[in-house]
Amino acid sequence: MDSQHQSNAGTERAAELAPFGGRNANIPYPCGPEANPDRKIVDSVEEAVRRVGLKDGMTVSFHHAFREGDKTINMVVGVLARMGFKDLTLAASSLLSANAPLIEHIKNGVIRRIYTSGMRGKLGDAISNGLMDTPVTFHSHGGRPALIERGELQIDVAFLGVSACDPFGNANGVSGRSWCGALGYAMVDAQFARNVVMLTEEVVPYPNAPASIRQDQVDWIVQVDEVGDPAKISVGAARATTNPRELLIARLSAEVMEHAGYFEDGFSMQTGTGGSATATTRFLEDRMRSKGIAAAWALGGQTGSMVDLHKKGLIGTLLDTQSFDAVAARSLAESPRHSEISAHVYANPLAKGAVVDRLDMVILSALEIDLDFNVNVLTGSDGVVRGAIGGHADTAARAKLAIVVAPLLRTRIPTVVEKVTTRVTPGETIGVLVTDHGIAVNPRRPDVADRLKAAGLPVVPIEDLHRRAIAISGQPQPLRFLDRVVGHVRYRDGTLIDTVRQVAP
Amino acid sequence: MELKQESLAGTLESSDLFIRISPSDEPLEVVINSEVGHQFGDQIRAAVVETLEMLKVTKGIVIVEDKGALDCTIRARVHAAAMRAAGVTEVDWEALS
Repeated sequence: MDSQHQSNAGTERAAELAPFGGRNANIPYPCGPEANPDRKIVDSVEEAVRRVGLKDGMTVSFHHAFREGDKTINMVVGVLARMGFKDLTLAASSLLSANAPLIEHIKNGVIRRIYTSGMRGKLGDAISNGLMDTPVTFHSHGGRPALIERGELQIDVAFLGVSACDPFGNANGVSGRSWCGALGYAMVDAQFARNVVMLTEEVVPYPNAPASIRQDQVDWIVQVDEVGDPAKISVGAARATTNPRELLIARLSAEVMEHAGYFEDGFSMQTGTGGSATATTRFLEDRMRSKGIAAAWALGGQTGSMVDLHKKGLIGTLLDTQSFDAVAARSLAESPRHSEISAHVYANPLAKGAVVDRLDMVILSALEIDLDFNVNVLTGSDGVVRGAIGGHADTAARAKLAIVVAPLLRTRIPTVVEKVTTRVTPGETIGVLVTDHGIAVNPRRPDVADRLKAAGLPVVPIEDLHRRAIAISGQPQPLRFLDRVVGHVRYRDGTLIDTVRQVAP
Repeated sequence: MELKQESLAGTLESSDLFIRISPSDEPLEVVINSEVGHQFGDQIRAAVVETLEMLKVTKGIVIVEDKGALDCTIRARVHAAAMRAAGVTEVDWEALS
């Protein structure tokens, strides 16, 4: 209020104001006949990097909407390596198995720090074996914009791959040939980065509407051969399952949704990644029809099965940060009530309102869940990083009911454990665990337990599920770690909730 | 049980194991590779060795590629492979009890 007052007062002293000097005197880009409408388009990534003035030690960012099909991150970091940059901070909204080529650039000192939601494959393996001197920061999708807003993560240059944008930088994920659908992560970077470089497969005529990433946010545009392969979006974590056990768990989880107390007309829901979580949607239709209700909205990570319910009128609005398959991307383009939102709007705890704040129920996966209902979605049974936090902690924190779905055992590995290897989502935010051997309700939610028991669902103490798992698998030997910390797990508010340590050789 | 020929049992499917048994004049050599070895290595070895002891296999080379099989699966696969290697077709149910 005070600064507002002062600036208003300043305008009263005309002598202090710069006098008019012609229409081009005080603006960065010339107007009139000499203006070049294509001034943002440069020939190469190298040229764009020179123009933004990237320096050693700066922070570069990327989005992961193409998931395992991404071709932007590896390509751009390769260019930066060839140009001789060192000590960069890589801030990707997430990293996947496809990003294994980064290992070389970490070894060579091109990348010194990493911020990401997670990582998989050879990169996760290398990190867990001590590849980096500085621990990786693992954040949630809502925690990332919070780290940016608090100033810890300052993005100098965002390199955003899109299928098409116009000569001024207006871009969306539903034009051109390689549709990725919603650009919810890229939107955050476009909003907050000091410089934004668009990498696009096609430059389409102005204006490209609707604009997920807008011209007022974009500095430079480079046309490249390919930014990503949409066919590889729905592999790995975002797959659709035909596994009968996962379908059994999905059906049980739909029953929990039906009876837990929030299955009323106008309810809202989200399903996370993982076979059983996404498949739960398939079992909801009959239950909604027989009760004569519809969901007001669903949040995602959208999938074909959500779109199916949306088209049938059983979900009013789809809010979408990233499209997990081609059906979801198509729906984003065609349905007026399939709406794209940034990860900031989705889940940032510092936003003036995040969508997760209004969520009724969320279905989430788990690599491990312990007797206090803490969940690990980041490290595998060998202690190696092989997952991502995603929106797990964000949605669990705010939803009225967070339901975790997981098989009791994965091969011989128990999912229900005494204590999780890595604590990602605190147990106080989890309501129900659904396994193929029964359902456990967090003692903090006796109301939910009563309703599920009344509905005849197989509710047992989580300790029973743990005992059953051990009876089948045998008691596992504890993992061996070194003291050295290779990852910081940051809760959505920026606090440290756990660390990931180097695995013993 | 005397091993006469090389034999195989099992698959490389998740939750199964693939086992190869070969005759040898040397004392029993058991090699185990397992996806879950860091947590269950000792239990897997115990299941393999106990089953071979029960069948009185004392010489040979046993190579196991484990994909997270439960003990019951491990015992069954070892048993099948040993019978095939020994050319035995009738199960000795007494030995199993």
